[in-house]
Amino acid sequence: MIAPQSVGRVTPQVAHFAEPLTLRSGGVLPAYDLVYETYGQLNAGASNAVLVCHALSGSHHVAGHYDDAASVGWWDNLVGPGKPLDTRKFFVVGVNNLGSCYGSTGPKATNPDTGQPWGAEFPFVTVEDWVATQARLADRLGIRQFAAVMGGSLGGMQAMSWTLQYPERIRHALVIAAAPRLSAENIAFNEVARQAILTDPDFHGGDYYRHGVVPARGLRLARMVGHITYLSDDAMAAKFGRSLRHGKAVYHYDVEFEIESYLRHQGDKFAGFFDANTYLLTTKALDYFDPAFEHGGSLAAALARAEAEFLVVSFTTDWRFSPERSREIVRALVHNRRPVSYAEIDCPAGHDSFLLDDADYHGVLRAYFDRIEV
Amino acid sequence: MRYDRFDFDVITEWISPGERVLDLGCGDGALLRHLTAARQIQGWGVEKDIERVRACIANGVNVLHLDLDQGLSGFENGFFDHVIMSFSLQAMHNTQGILAEMLRVGREAVVSFPNFAYWRHRQSILNGRMPVSDSLPHQWYNTPNVRFFTIADFEALCEMDDIVIHERLAFDEGKVVLEEPNFLASAALYRLGRRGLSRP
Repeated sequence: MIAPQSVGRVTPQVAHFAEPLTLRSGGVLPAYDLVYETYGQLNAGASNAVLVCHALSGSHHVAGHYDDAASVGWWDNLVGPGKPLDTRKFFVVGVNNLGSCYGSTGPKATNPDTGQPWGAEFPFVTVEDWVATQARLADRLGIRQFAAVMGGSLGGMQAMSWTLQYPERIRHALVIAAAPRLSAENIAFNEVARQAILTDPDFHGGDYYRHGVVPARGLRLARMVGHITYLSDDAMAAKFGRSLRHGKAVYHYDVEFEIESYLRHQGDKFAGFFDANTYLLTTKALDYFDPAFEHGGSLAAALARAEAEFLVVSFTTDWRFSPERSREIVRALVHNRRPVSYAEIDCPAGHDSFLLDDADYHGVLRAYFDRIEV
Repeated sequence: MRYDRFDFDVITEWISPGERVLDLGCGDGALLRHLTAARQIQGWGVEKDIERVRACIANGVNVLHLDLDQGLSGFENGFFDHVIMSFSLQAMHNTQGILAEMLRVGREAVVSFPNFAYWRHRQSILNGRMPVSDSLPHQWYNTPNVRFFTIADFEALCEMDDIVIHERLAFDEGKVVLEEPNFLASAALYRLGRRGLSRP
């Protein structure tokens, strides 16, 4: 059964880029593929394109479904005919970032120099590199300027970076549940996750593919730590509380509290399909993102280049990227006299709120998209 | 009764073309929209109600979803030409703090509020009931207002806190009241500055 406001069945496409790409880290990719999906129609003036950027474990599969009707896109509640990002008005593009394990060139892909998977040799990628490749894809699709670029979390950082790298190519930036840079605490959580992977005996220095194993234990732990930061204390208390599987303490290390069951399940599920090298690269991209760094730490100075209008959204219970981090962005934008609106949504689900369809949240997004002229 | 045309027109007269304006408690953004059309201002509203935030966005008005009782600490000194608070001061707990903040981040402040000493309000009190009127539309048990003050009270506070009153317009039912405003005016609108700063 297909939901009435669904974009329906979708097919990913591949864009091959034969020109070498020099990355911020100094690494070079001789050629690469980007996997992407589009929804809706690009209008004659190519003025209705919206790019949706994905977060840590996301992909190009933003909306609709594949042959398996359960394979629904990760932001399907937002994108579709009649939805807040209305595909009857907009041409929506979802692209898988370099370094990912969902089809775009990443550590699992073959290094043409060696004929082996890139593995640990895959160069470090940054938010800026992703944005640069998204711009190349836009060129390929005939999109000179996006009506809007939007993203949540790490995706919001890409939207922000678009306004700095290509100020003339983006009219609106929607920066949701994001931060202008990671805090020491954010980096600390990422480092714990990375150490879990790097110290897994099955990691083999990143070249586990040729050993026919995956560092599943490390990846599982990494995901468990991550999940704690995506939820809120309130959400965990409401969902799990101190519920005991056996109704009382039984004094062993198997699952007793339901939260343990939840985290183990999430960790196992994730370790079953996600690539450990991608997880390492992506958390490093998060850590490195800091547009203010080259401007003496001044975010206001960094954002002086931006020409877009902004919508910044945060969630009250998000402690990974708290509302105060979004307010930093807002203040820097007002300093630069940028048109900016800011909404702080009262939603109990923590960082994960940005993926939900809270009525206030989607009401704000709908109102914003409705007034974008195409 | 948030904005009638009279309120709009007076504030518009006080704003110069191209100014930077902050409207505290901006509602659905109607005033900022009006000032953008009439004075080509660059404006931002501050609003704490999410439904009004959504309305501002739908109206194409920049709006910041912030709680004013937490102050304006994020904004720089003197960044705005005018900071407006229209019929919201009586709903703020930290009256002195917010006035000081408005005059810190703005060169001038524009403030309007209902006059509790309006004759109809006095009559209500004499009859033993809390006033309910166009300018005080709520019942005592559901009013958002937390500070009940008069034109005379406000001007005494300005004197005490070194706030200069550049202009005052008192009015009743959309008409300017010149005589005995503290008795005859239902509301008042002020253009304020800091002592020691003369208007350019």
